[in-house]
Amino acid sequence: MSASDNMIPAPAVRSKPLIIRHLPYFIGAAALVALAAGMQFDGYILNILLQATTFSIAVFGLSVVLGLCGQINLAQAAFFGFGAYAVGLGTADLHLNFWLCLVGACAITLVAGAFLGMSTLRLGGHYLAMVTISFQQIVTLVMINAIGVTHGPDGVANIRRPELFQSSQSYLAFCVAMLAIVGYLVWHLPDTKLGRAMRAVRDNELAAGVNGIDVFRTKVYAFAVCAVLGGLAGGLFAGGFAYVSPDQFSFAESIQFLTMSLLGGVASPIGSAIGTGLLILIPEWLRFLKSVPGLYLAIYGLSVILIIRFMPDGIWGFVSDAFTRWRARTNAPPVAGALLLKPATTGGDIVLEVTGLSKHFGGLKAVDGVDIAVKRGSVHALIGPNGSGKTTTLNVLSGLYKATAGKIVLDGTDITSMAPHQRTAAGLGRTFQNIRLFRSMTALENVEIGAERPGNTMIGKGDDALTERAMEALTFVGLGNRANELISSFSYGHQRLIEIARALASNPTLLLLDEPAAGLNSTEKLELHELLKRIAAQGLTILIIDHDMTLVSEAAQHITVLNFGRRIADGESMAVLRHPDVVSAYLGSE
Amino acid sequence: MDLVLQLLFTGIGIGAVYALVALGFVLIFRATNVVNFAQGEFSMVAAYLMVVFSVDLGWPYWLSFLIALAGMALFGVIFNLGVYYPLRHRTYLPVIIATIGASILLSNSVLAIYGPQPQVLQGWFDTPGIQLGPVYLDSQYLLIIGVTILLVLFNFWFFEKTLLGKKLQATSQDKEMASLLGISVSTMIMITFIYSAVLGGLAGILVAPVLFVSIQMGSTIALKAFAATIIGGFGDVAGAIVGGLALGVIETFGAAYISVPYKDGFAFLVLIAFLVFRPQGIFGERVAEKA
Repeated sequence: MSASDNMIPAPAVRSKPLIIRHLPYFIGAAALVALAAGMQFDGYILNILLQATTFSIAVFGLSVVLGLCGQINLAQAAFFGFGAYAVGLGTADLHLNFWLCLVGACAITLVAGAFLGMSTLRLGGHYLAMVTISFQQIVTLVMINAIGVTHGPDGVANIRRPELFQSSQSYLAFCVAMLAIVGYLVWHLPDTKLGRAMRAVRDNELAAGVNGIDVFRTKVYAFAVCAVLGGLAGGLFAGGFAYVSPDQFSFAESIQFLTMSLLGGVASPIGSAIGTGLLILIPEWLRFLKSVPGLYLAIYGLSVILIIRFMPDGIWGFVSDAFTRWRARTNAPPVAGALLLKPATTGGDIVLEVTGLSKHFGGLKAVDGVDIAVKRGSVHALIGPNGSGKTTTLNVLSGLYKATAGKIVLDGTDITSMAPHQRTAAGLGRTFQNIRLFRSMTALENVEIGAERPGNTMIGKGDDALTERAMEALTFVGLGNRANELISSFSYGHQRLIEIARALASNPTLLLLDEPAAGLNSTEKLELHELLKRIAAQGLTILIIDHDMTLVSEAAQHITVLNFGRRIADGESMAVLRHPDVVSAYLGSE
Repeated sequence: MDLVLQLLFTGIGIGAVYALVALGFVLIFRATNVVNFAQGEFSMVAAYLMVVFSVDLGWPYWLSFLIALAGMALFGVIFNLGVYYPLRHRTYLPVIIATIGASILLSNSVLAIYGPQPQVLQGWFDTPGIQLGPVYLDSQYLLIIGVTILLVLFNFWFFEKTLLGKKLQATSQDKEMASLLGISVSTMIMITFIYSAVLGGLAGILVAPVLFVSIQMGSTIALKAFAATIIGGFGDVAGAIVGGLALGVIETFGAAYISVPYKDGFAFLVLIAFLVFRPQGIFGERVAEKA
């Protein structure tokens, strides 16, 4: 099924404006706020509701950093405490305006979160876990010991509320409104560019990088957002209860936030709210447990182990999973037009110019002084026996490895020292030999991330244009009708096609294909060959690595041969394949 | 100058404890690629076992010691089966979270049983210490330093000179290849957990007479030990030991010359400094490049 003869004109995928589609949410939220303001609760119920509301906002933060971005934060109670003390000390000691203090709470946590994230997020996840625990301990130490500022273990009393919401009832209504607004933002975050980037980072950092996502920055953003939500929640909490003390923001509270998040379902704010509600209500019902110190937290610890083992997606994850599967079946994807590839042409006749490229691992010279020149609009193949340095070359080209020496120029831009995502922005697209797709997303979402490449001139503004471009790319590889299915339901060959579609959607200047025929059967190989022809027909330059000599000799006009990390032949296809050095490298010399 | 020497001795003594726990961290990390956040609780549980046998039941010190260590070996088995093994095919994040859950479960179960008041455990020797010139050498610190030196030597011999040690190394470097060579990976991981639990337990029992036996001792020690592994270079055995000793010394001097209440904060500051300026630690993280 080829898309070039698919003559159905692209229908405008215009959907109703967001505000109209989401009207039910806002009506529901308004009703809740009215309910909170109008109902007469006794003090005990009021306190529980206030606690649940503010805690939920803090747990939303965890659903962003842990659920969306896959990074851990074991100091959410510390950020919550920052916010609470900012509002507490600001209004009670410094007599500042409540709103000013609340903004200050967010600002302080933003800075603290960003700093902590920047110091640690380049490293593996276990560093982050330990550093956030340490940070949490330090914050508790300071709260208790810096008595001159924080009043130490006595805590801060007489915290004021804004003039507008003096009564507990109206303050609760205000908090519910804040919860609704933050909940809305967090709920829709996954469908924004930043949210998609976070999910991509969570699923596969390497693939996220080569698809133009700045992995480090995305993680720092997620961490900072989480911290700010903690701060905001803490500020609201302080206003609600008028008194805060260090024990409310200890490591145990961080664990409680984590348990809430895991229990409800870490991936969604709805799960966060469910988890928070349950963990505030259940202990109220089981008050007798509190008579034995420790028992209570011991049960939390045990639940964490059990949830992780038996219900990794939490309560809401369990429910919504079933819903997503049902929707994928019923929701027919939109029909798309033909994919247009318009590779940029800023440089000269040579799209990729590699000179003296070397990559050494200790004493091993995996790539040693290789020159490659890829002509614009050509299909160029890089071949060589196993261990000749082909994939290493590709990894150096796409920035996963740093070159030991040499220079890489893409379309007139020197990309030698750029990070993977910057090279992608400069016009590089690639696929992987061992497929790297974002496994928790649908085919369409995977391709959308490709289409979102910074500097892609082929998409218009807005989500509709993005979806349209992604659909075109999926249709181009013949999978348009299965766009809304999850990656796991595709065969190996189809997953490979989705990876190619992801690269094509970004409208790259140069496409790097890493052994695209590996693991395909003969029919799939023929289809791949046809696909390559259709890509090349649109003028996109391709650099392909493969072992399949039939594919390489038919598709490529130009071949570079590597052996033991060095270039042993280079030139027009047929001539290179007859070259005696090449023959002996493959078949052995006499 | 006398004070400096005295602090140096104390610092090395407490640093040796961090080094032992850090060693346990590193061994599990290398075998399973996950960080065990309940490592500190291994020490805490062992110290409480000592209190049960030696103080509550009044058994001889050496007998209590042996039974406590045997208990820790069993504990390592249970921990592996209950926390790590069911999650071994998942990514590191669920495993980390499960070990954090285990840490909370352990410390609070002990709290529920023993209550919040710290327990006192006697040292091994009756003599409190000896005066050597200007420096007073506390006998328990001497014991800690001595045991640590012995264990480091044993560790070297075990991993480099014995077949079992070689098998454990092979497992930590390439599980698939090791299993193809007929090594039972799950047995090797089990042995690692047992060894690591005993090591952590030993550290807990040794340090108990110096600190109090309390619920918090586990997490405090674990934080320092983790910082030590980062300072030394994550996953490196020598790094864990050097990092632990360095941290003990830094912390002791910090407490003496800067601030006592913030003693536990110095580890964190040093940790952040290393993360920002030299994240691979003194000896470099032992993680290969991969595509």
